[in-house]
Amino acid sequence: MKNGEKPILHSPFSILHAMQTEDYFHITEAPLDPAPLVALVSAPGMGAIVTFAGVVRNNFGGRLTAYLEYEAFEPMATAVLAQLAAEARAQWNTGEIAIHHRVGRLEIGETAVLIVVAAPHRHEGFEAAEQIMDRIKQVAPIWKKEVWADGASEWVGDEQERKGNR
Amino acid sequence: MEVTVRYFAGHRDIVGRTEEHIVLEDDATVGVLWELLVAHYPRLGGYSGRLLYAVNQEFGTLETRLRDGDEVALIPPVSGG
Repeated sequence: MKNGEKPILHSPFSILHAMQTEDYFHITEAPLDPAPLVALVSAPGMGAIVTFAGVVRNNFGGRLTAYLEYEAFEPMATAVLAQLAAEARAQWNTGEIAIHHRVGRLEIGETAVLIVVAAPHRHEGFEAAEQIMDRIKQVAPIWKKEVWADGASEWVGDEQERKGNR
Repeated sequence: MEVTVRYFAGHRDIVGRTEEHIVLEDDATVGVLWELLVAHYPRLGGYSGRLLYAVNQEFGTLETRLRDGDEVALIPPVSGG
């Protein structure tokens, strides 16, 4: 990852590209809607459109959640989403891919992330969508704070740090 | 030389700010910066080995050399999705 490629930024058409990719890769405080992304990636040769929506759950490990708060390191987060899509596209030979992630306060049942993959056949589409979701959870500079129903809160992923200081 | 350090999520809670300027010796690495910050904010030490680093918006490592004016983002364990 030391010299992570950023094909979008290194493209000779970088400015035009950046304007176009804003539709495909986006971090926003606005509610997410899959329909425009499905329309965006659809193409005549694509027999499968896989849409994955990550939705705010009402509990984590059985403890009741009140709501979540997301934040992202911009603009790097958007560039990483584009990079992960490029990785998956190359590996699974998919068509176009769009990824939108929401930030700010999200209530139970709201969509936090949308991954929409167009592929000639369903297998590649499912695999690519799952790989992208796994990679987002590994490297995308995006964080969520779990605000519990009892009023306490914590950054997800920080459990080890807190235990280490007890 | 001077670099700008950006703090997010749990790091921001510990440090109490979103960014600060840090003066370093020329040719210092991300690792040198991290050790300095842990010495100054001991609670950051719990993240050692579990965070990612970005220099000017690109992933780096503890060995990445810094230059005057660089922006270093400390990336605590991510939890998107």
